[in-house]
Amino acid sequence: MSGSEFILRLDGVHSHYGMIEALKGASLEVNRGEIVSLIGANGAGKSTLLMTTCGDPQASKGAIHYEGRDITSEPSHMIMRSGISVVPEGRRIFSALTVVENLQMGAFFADREQIEHDLAHIYTLFPRLKERQSQQGGTLSGGEQQMLAIGRALMARPKLLLLDEPSLGLAPLVIAQIFEIIQAIRDEGVTIFLVEQNAHRALQISDRGYVLENGEIVLQGKGSELLTNDEVKRAYLGG
Amino acid sequence: MSDVFLQFTQQLINGLTLGSIYALIAIGYTMVYGIIGMINFAHGEIYMIGAYISVIVIAALGLIGITTLPLVLMITLLATILVTSAYGWTVERIAYRPLRGGNRLVPLISAIGMSIFLQNYIQLSQGARDVATQPLISGGWQFGDADGFQIYLSYMQVIIAVVTVIFMTLLTLFIHKTRMGRASRAVSEDRKMANLLGINTDQVISMTFVIGAALAAVAGLLVGMYYGVVNAYIGFLAGLKAFTAAVLGGIGSIPGAMLGGLLLGITESFTSAYLSTEYKDVVAFGLLVLVLLVRPTGLLGKPDIEKV
Repeated sequence: MSGSEFILRLDGVHSHYGMIEALKGASLEVNRGEIVSLIGANGAGKSTLLMTTCGDPQASKGAIHYEGRDITSEPSHMIMRSGISVVPEGRRIFSALTVVENLQMGAFFADREQIEHDLAHIYTLFPRLKERQSQQGGTLSGGEQQMLAIGRALMARPKLLLLDEPSLGLAPLVIAQIFEIIQAIRDEGVTIFLVEQNAHRALQISDRGYVLENGEIVLQGKGSELLTNDEVKRAYLGG
Repeated sequence: MSDVFLQFTQQLINGLTLGSIYALIAIGYTMVYGIIGMINFAHGEIYMIGAYISVIVIAALGLIGITTLPLVLMITLLATILVTSAYGWTVERIAYRPLRGGNRLVPLISAIGMSIFLQNYIQLSQGARDVATQPLISGGWQFGDADGFQIYLSYMQVIIAVVTVIFMTLLTLFIHKTRMGRASRAVSEDRKMANLLGINTDQVISMTFVIGAALAAVAGLLVGMYYGVVNAYIGFLAGLKAFTAAVLGGIGSIPGAMLGGLLLGITESFTSAYLSTEYKDVVAFGLLVLVLLVRPTGLLGKPDIEKV
């Protein structure tokens, strides 16, 4: 599959969240250098789709390809070593570890030199994190924790960054900042796959988007097309 | 100096000696609980195995004619840690790992089974009778008036204190200053997230069992040398006491296990001296109940708060 455009492809993926089948044959593609967003209502299966890509839980049916390689049944920690990073739902920063330790955890397999270099880079993206580097993660505000979670994900030098509701629970000003940074990260060459309930914001910065309903992709298109699509407007954009 | 003060000091010394042993074993309980939320009931047996191995190694070294004391101690320490850690690692691999992800009670029952198995396995292979060792290190210092109360501080007690401090310091440095130590703290807090960062959490869990077993091995070695008697059942009560120490200090907290161990040792020693030896366990466990009533998370434990 050399020369293929897509970095990630899901083919008819089924997945379970506990006893519930949360994904019922979802298929999508993310191309290199794109920002792709996945929108949908609460409980549509968005987070499950994202986590299934990470191998936790593993897909019960269907196939997931990353960089032309079948990763469907690879253990989660091996998938996450191959250039995929995730900012999961609820951020999941390590609250008892300091800010700098959290960032170091993101680059567990890198050497000291690379870590120093990347730390400096993260601190220019998020100056607040530098100010707070020796504070415990749990003492940060929600916005700072989100920045830390993104910084930690970037420390692994991902080719593909998965983000689960990065705007959830944040003040509008902070949300604007986070979305700016997501675009800046893409401009550095990282492909972005974004799961959002904040459909308007997400589609505005996206090249393409998918709409997930009851575990199935029901609609797809360019970000700008979906923004003006009547169905999308009615269901997700409040108009 | 008054007899009252001397007697107090003597009990403090005895208590700290006993407490060091409890603390070394308690760390294994607290670290394993911290990382997988399970009480490893076979940990007392790991300590007992450590004591046996040290006795065997010392005897074997004597047979082949190695008698230089520092050399004997070093070889025994290394061999005991190595073999006991292998036991700790194996127990996790065969009795706990296959059961992970299921009901929390299942590994607990498996741990109790493992504990009984190891006890009987040692009893069968080493015999049911006490194994006595000749003391490698005897003697000590005496302080106080010749006609009044005399404090006795044995060399072995000093060694126990020094070795315990060394290993506690090494452990603290490892946990806070190294990459694997950082990983173990991260896995303790959020195993799923650590996994999502590419960390092989099974490996980190294995490492935790190995560290716990190594420290229990040190405790076993020290006890073997201090009391000079081991049998297949010493793990039961010592394990129970160390577990109590871990809960007292706040299960999951490493400094808590150290503090809990010392407190428990001192409490027992003072109860024996000032009340009655028969009451030492009553008071020790009574202390546990009292602390848990006031602070359910133990002295240094942190409440589990899910932050969203």
